[in-house]
Amino acid sequence: MASDGGVSCLRSSEMPNVGIGGMELPPLDEVHVLAVDDSLVDRIVIERLLRITSCKVTAVDSGWRALELLGLDNEKASVELQRLKVDMIITDYCMPGMTGYELLKKIKESSSFRQVPVVIMSSENVLTRIDRCLEEGAEDFLLKPVKLADVKRLRNCLTGDVKLSNGNKRKLPEDSVTVNASLPPPPALTTLSTDSSDSSSPPLSPVEVFSSPLSSREDDDDVLTSSPEGSPTPEESPVRRQKMGSPGLD
Amino acid sequence: MELGQMQKSLQDYTKSLFVEGILDSQFLQLPQLQDESNSDFVSQVVSLFFQDSDRILNDLSLSLDQKVVDFEKVDPYVHQLKGSSSSIGAQRVKNACVVFRSFCEQKNVEACHRCLQQVKQEYYLVKNRLETLFKLEQQIVASGGMISAMDLGF
Repeated sequence: MASDGGVSCLRSSEMPNVGIGGMELPPLDEVHVLAVDDSLVDRIVIERLLRITSCKVTAVDSGWRALELLGLDNEKASVELQRLKVDMIITDYCMPGMTGYELLKKIKESSSFRQVPVVIMSSENVLTRIDRCLEEGAEDFLLKPVKLADVKRLRNCLTGDVKLSNGNKRKLPEDSVTVNASLPPPPALTTLSTDSSDSSSPPLSPVEVFSSPLSSREDDDDVLTSSPEGSPTPEESPVRRQKMGSPGLD
Repeated sequence: MELGQMQKSLQDYTKSLFVEGILDSQFLQLPQLQDESNSDFVSQVVSLFFQDSDRILNDLSLSLDQKVVDFEKVDPYVHQLKGSSSSIGAQRVKNACVVFRSFCEQKNVEACHRCLQQVKQEYYLVKNRLETLFKLEQQIVASGGMISAMDLGF
């Protein structure tokens, strides 16, 4: 597992230093993700998923709080220093008050944050919903429950586009697929694991799952999460995979 | 009981939860998020799930006991519980919530009452089993043993 380089936690609304001149680039460990979810359990889990993949995390419980942190909560021009600097925003879709979709729209309408990749999470595999989010500019759509493999994949894409100070190759946005050989090509969005051993194995029975070192996703009985494509490989969602655009670091 | 036996018991016990469908593979994601800096993550998130669920079930009971049931209130509670149970791999609770939601959609009060009972039953079952699981782990650690995620097949 990558070591956790972040110090932010659920309880601190930390404001990392804004690179005033825009010339400083974050070191590898300092990708900062803003996570938005009204569910406490899910917030804890997503925060942990992100932190264990070397992200700094600020987790909030509503779209309004997210906009507040981003300095987008009013019409006044936001002061540079008060804005939270984020490299990615990941938000739940179904939230009371402001949905993830509405938050997505507000972010994409803002000049300061429209470049920031926004990922939507939802427990419901509704194609029209997925399409709507992607059309509105979401970078990706994750089906809940979110798994470590999903977050690793996002993280790898983010790293691939970010210029890093320790010699990693810079990738063009079109080359956002990582070097991990286990990734099947787009367009279908699949549950991808950077561990090659379980990326293409068929679903295992609980007992087999239990006795193998790595888990394989079992198809849920929940009708809401069944994959329409019916492929043997368990999938998160059958959505066209959008390329990760360059995250807004400036 | 000697350590090896305890560890075998733990392994068998954990396995049974999967065989009975009480837990699903999502539960196996949780130990992957535990490390030296967060050595209690699994038990912490599970405790949080218990607290959260106790609250939701209480609110659900109150909402369904109203003279006129407001399904606009009931459904979001079930949705919440479905989400959190899904996130920790409490499969039977999640499935019971799915059924519950379909009856909410139909605004069928009687069926919803039955669903609530079903959800509670499944919830108390997984709560009981997980509490036992953590106790077994604690006994092992107290006896100087180590819980290795690999030993449990994680």
